[in-house]
Amino acid sequence: MSETGYKPKPDNATGGLSSAGSQPAFPMRGSLFRKNLVTTLLLAPAALWLVVFLVLPFIAIAIFSVGERAPEGGYQAALTFAQYANLPARATAFWNTMVLAPIGALACLLVAYPVAYYLALRAPQRWRLILLAMIVIPFWTSLLMRTYAWMYILGGRGIPALLAYVGIEDLRLINTPGAVLLGIVYGYLPLMILPIYVSLERLDRRLLEASADLGATPLSTFLGVTLRLSLPGVMTGFSLVMILLLGEYLIPTLLGGGKVFFIGNALVDLFLQSRNWPFGSAIAITLVLVSVVVLIVANRISTRLSGARRVDLI
Amino acid sequence: MRAFVVAVFAFLYLPIALVVLFSFNAGHHASEFTGFSVQWYGKALSNPFLVEALKNSLFIATTSALLAAFCGTAAALGLQRVGARTRALFDALLGAAIVVPGVVIGISTLVALVQLFAVVNPFLASLWPTDQPPRLSLGYGSIIAAHGLFSMALVTMIVGTRLSSLDRNLVEASSDLYATPLTTFRSIVLPQIMPAVIAGFLLAFTFSFDDFIIAFFVAGAQTTLPIYVFASIRRGVTPEINAIATIVLCASVLLVLLAQWQLGRRKPSP
Repeated sequence: MSETGYKPKPDNATGGLSSAGSQPAFPMRGSLFRKNLVTTLLLAPAALWLVVFLVLPFIAIAIFSVGERAPEGGYQAALTFAQYANLPARATAFWNTMVLAPIGALACLLVAYPVAYYLALRAPQRWRLILLAMIVIPFWTSLLMRTYAWMYILGGRGIPALLAYVGIEDLRLINTPGAVLLGIVYGYLPLMILPIYVSLERLDRRLLEASADLGATPLSTFLGVTLRLSLPGVMTGFSLVMILLLGEYLIPTLLGGGKVFFIGNALVDLFLQSRNWPFGSAIAITLVLVSVVVLIVANRISTRLSGARRVDLI
Repeated sequence: MRAFVVAVFAFLYLPIALVVLFSFNAGHHASEFTGFSVQWYGKALSNPFLVEALKNSLFIATTSALLAAFCGTAAALGLQRVGARTRALFDALLGAAIVVPGVVIGISTLVALVQLFAVVNPFLASLWPTDQPPRLSLGYGSIIAAHGLFSMALVTMIVGTRLSSLDRNLVEASSDLYATPLTTFRSIVLPQIMPAVIAGFLLAFTFSFDDFIIAFFVAGAQTTLPIYVFASIRRGVTPEINAIATIVLCASVLLVLLAQWQLGRRKPSP
């Protein structure tokens, strides 16, 4: 089991992505030119890919978002902020997303923390890796299939049909905000558990002993040491889940049944059905901006907390 | 606390188990298990649309994962040889490729490609001597490229992590002993990073094979397995989908376990 089996942690972006170390693992002797040539050749495909399929598309939707809808759908060049001014037209989608995403992430966190805590600090050593693998596996299996499983369970022939046997009739579970919330917790639980597990696993156990030796109750040790030191992991998990939820489409579509609309649903509608690309682009840009704000705030909180931690320990 | 953890694991696995169980159900309904049968597997695999979608998905996942494994590994190696500023720029872009929601990746790729085709296709037509010029359109290529973006970033990250924990003494020893850089790479670096490359490939394959939302936007006229399944689910739940879901889930679990095993291999024998 490696810590690389899940998506990277933004608060650790430099450590996670960069290949730290002053010496290259692939040293080159010979002329400076040849050295640069090899480096360029190694990086060129990835750079090209990132530019053509990440940077340029992003610029494209930024340009589209200040354009106008062509009469037959699509895009017509313009320079207007009308699309942004029109955002309240999709207020319901924004409202649903902005309410259910934080609630969903919080619900995820409440379920995930005890599990991560158990895995990192309580689980028997030989079980730990197996249990961790059992957390990672659902994360990498199709969200569509896993959400579908809940459609099956919550649908008319699932739990409601079983409950009808014991006399509870006409129970409606699917196509409710509750079903969407359940799907969110189910889908994103692994992504929340992993970063918290990593931060708890790194925890210096001697601090727990020291806290107990100094007469702290288990509760105050937990609040003052364990929880405190794992907060960066909590923030990472929370912000990752939040950001992915902001763009979620499958869960509200399958478990919300057209009654619980997310921004993702609005985007699919605007791009694939009503073909109002400029308005859709404006929504997408707004979505990205909100995600960036979430990341920055989470990062700020993380930094402040780890700063506070350093002062506390000295 | 243990009871809670057990309950969470049950919560994670029971729904999947239920789908697998009911894929063997002789009857139609989720509320009653009427007997063991593999008829839904037969039905699923004799459905030509489904088999076509499965083949498309396999082709797309293999190609994008292979491309991602090559480009991602090369990028991870290259990033060790550049200055801090270039590396920070790359890290930011790779991080964005992973963190930006699939729905945004999907629509931005769609928008950019449609605009690109609108420019390139008339140009190709004007150059082409006959009446039937080649037309670029959305399809395999666009799905492979869009999936490859996430996958390449993933591979770069996994291989980069492995590279940074590489035993540098071996590399130095090798070059002190007058091995050429290429020999050092082949006999020291490559064997050590190979498990990470393979794990990256497997996870990239799994990602591409399972992805719905990106392909939904950029697939054009093509159908991948998740797109097919999504469309059938919207038409109504049938046990046939349980059978497909079981096959896909088993394949994913197998691939992830393989990837975990590869990542867990610390040092291959020299």
